[in-house]
Amino acid sequence: MYVAVKGGEQAILNSHKLIAEERRGDTEVPELSLAQIKEQMQLAVDRVMTEGSLYDRDLAALAIKQAQGDLLEAIFLLRAYRTTLTRFGESEPIDTSCMAVRRRISAAYKDLPGGQVLGPSYDYTHRLLDFALAAEEGVGAPEAEAAEAGVDESIPRVTDILNHEGLIEEETALDGDAGAVADLTREPLRFPAGRDLRLQNLARGDEGFLLALGYSTQRGYGRNHPFAGEIRLGEVAVEFVPEELGFPIELGEITVTECQMINQFAGSAGRPPQFTRGYGLSFGHCERKTMAMALVDRALRARELDETVEYPAQDEEFVLYHSDNVEASGFVQHLKLPHYVDFQSELQLIRSLRRRHDEEQQEAAE
Amino acid sequence: MALATSLNASGGIDTAELRPGLADPVHDSQHIFRGLLTALAHPGRPVTLPGDVAGPEPLDPATTAVALTLLDYDTPLWIDWIADTPPLRAYLKFHCGCPLVERSQDAAFGLVTDPENMPRLALFAQGRDQYPDSSASLLLQVPSLEEGPAVTLKGPGIRETATIRPAGLPDWFWNDWRLNAAQFPLGVDIFFTCGRSVVGLPRSILAEG
Amino acid sequence: MDAAPRSAAPQGDGQSAPGERDPAQAARRRWMSVLAKAKLNELESAWEDLAQKPAYDWLRRPEVGMVMVRARTGGTGGRFNLGQMTVTRCALRLASGEAGLGYVQGRSKRHAELAALFDALLQDEGRRGELEDSVIAPLEASHLDRRTARSRKANSTKVNFFTMVRGENE
Repeated sequence: MYVAVKGGEQAILNSHKLIAEERRGDTEVPELSLAQIKEQMQLAVDRVMTEGSLYDRDLAALAIKQAQGDLLEAIFLLRAYRTTLTRFGESEPIDTSCMAVRRRISAAYKDLPGGQVLGPSYDYTHRLLDFALAAEEGVGAPEAEAAEAGVDESIPRVTDILNHEGLIEEETALDGDAGAVADLTREPLRFPAGRDLRLQNLARGDEGFLLALGYSTQRGYGRNHPFAGEIRLGEVAVEFVPEELGFPIELGEITVTECQMINQFAGSAGRPPQFTRGYGLSFGHCERKTMAMALVDRALRARELDETVEYPAQDEEFVLYHSDNVEASGFVQHLKLPHYVDFQSELQLIRSLRRRHDEEQQEAAE
Repeated sequence: MALATSLNASGGIDTAELRPGLADPVHDSQHIFRGLLTALAHPGRPVTLPGDVAGPEPLDPATTAVALTLLDYDTPLWIDWIADTPPLRAYLKFHCGCPLVERSQDAAFGLVTDPENMPRLALFAQGRDQYPDSSASLLLQVPSLEEGPAVTLKGPGIRETATIRPAGLPDWFWNDWRLNAAQFPLGVDIFFTCGRSVVGLPRSILAEG
Repeated sequence: MDAAPRSAAPQGDGQSAPGERDPAQAARRRWMSVLAKAKLNELESAWEDLAQKPAYDWLRRPEVGMVMVRARTGGTGGRFNLGQMTVTRCALRLASGEAGLGYVQGRSKRHAELAALFDALLQDEGRRGELEDSVIAPLEASHLDRRTARSRKANSTKVNFFTMVRGENE
């Protein structure tokens, strides 16, 4: 059986032209600039950078424009572009305790050193559509209040404060930074996955998938009783040791969101009852994502903490294999590709099965 | 480029001699890469590489060109003792950024300028069943591609047979190559380099000496 | 670090703890960080204001690449790879011999070039003092200003809890 495999070229070219026109939309409306996307669609840019796994606001804005606002398509574009760049190396680990904090809240402690800094957040809005934003003349230049002084230079992490009582597990680099760090961009997933591999996977994982899984742990599909120990947003310096120098220099600053979840833990044979931790971290301002990530990170630690693995969020193969929206969308959408030959063979199979079925029915009847 | 002159006038900062890399890194390396593909597609056929670049001693231009094209931050490199000099290390680290490893087994690429004393082929990474591509590629710089004993090649990319005459190889070499070819799809791939020429010898090729 | 090209690292031996034992290294570390975090237009005007602009040759033309950003589990634990960031780097040598290095976030080749030029110039002890005052200090101040402005706005959203003290019954 032969199937036409050529002939679609002109149709494809014309489809490109059509999508270009549709992307532009009504030409009476001014064209969107990358600067506008970068400045006024910041949270979309942040999501695309985080899941595209590349910190570059301009490229993320371009990807969003090119994808007509389809963020998963934009993430795919960014991932694809990334493969064209050489890697110079790995940064020194960023230090979130030295963050220039713009938002920092804790749901576990009211009065804590550094205080509760609400920062820019939709949490305290009424979720009523604001028609002022729809006004013809626009919003002008809204101005935020500014305090006399800035927030404290260095704000301790809530988890570090709890540590003093020994009631929460400590996070230390057990190997003294001697070992290799797993890297998904260089090696495929392998199981059992270490926490480094899991966190890298979750950091670039799909927000919707992680949100649903995190939610499932709260609803009982995973033993979990979480507190948002701390969420912080702000800028951290990225230090890098160039081969030519041998000492670290700052390359610049990136915005990150960090979430420390604190979870109850009844203890096991090897561990006393104490709080355990789940960690979430993202590029830009992706608060929901980091919270979900922290819940799933904790759930995936089940084996390490001698808990029974019985729910989806605790199953690392299930979670890590299905978290990546570029892979997921590729596999789901490949069903659109021609499967003409496959389908012909399935047709023949069904026909012969049907024939046998009918014959058997007839025999039974006789 | 006036690079060489500026380097000679080292002005008292430092006396290290850092030779220039490819004049036009993007396009030169694309041309060289194309040349290497040709060399692997037609095993045994010498390919003259573009991008005449003078690397540090003892590298020939072809060896330097291949190194500058294929090596980067993600390709651990093992170099043999003759090539392993501070200027060469500095050159590769600056231009390629490749990590240098002590054990040949850990390398993605092996750079050999003294084949007579090189490690046995089995001492380089052979690849794994799931990922045969994780085996090593060897750059073997030989004193001549024409004056050694004749070896007949057969396999994909060769219509009937091809003959190569790389000189300076150890006497165990072609026996090791038979063992290498026998474990296909695992095994190392080889580029012989000399002057500005390269000859490809992929693992799929059978050789008779 | 004997393998690193010394040409670009005249003062660093790469062995001592960053910026602690070696004041020259600490100084270079500081100015390179300031140059990386500066705005391109600030660097351009600093370059324009420069009286004697040096001639230079490339050791490595500006190239755009990536650095994998690492973080720590829980902020203090084991390392993991968060994601990559775009970085542009270059290396050049002044006619007078100093080698300058630019490593800056983003994809601006011009930013990397200017950072490398100032890095090279700052290694000339004869010019360093003046350049520190006229270029590095203002760039650093301007970075700090931006940071403080953001921080003051954030601080206006800090919660001041009122605790109601219930009167004692008498």
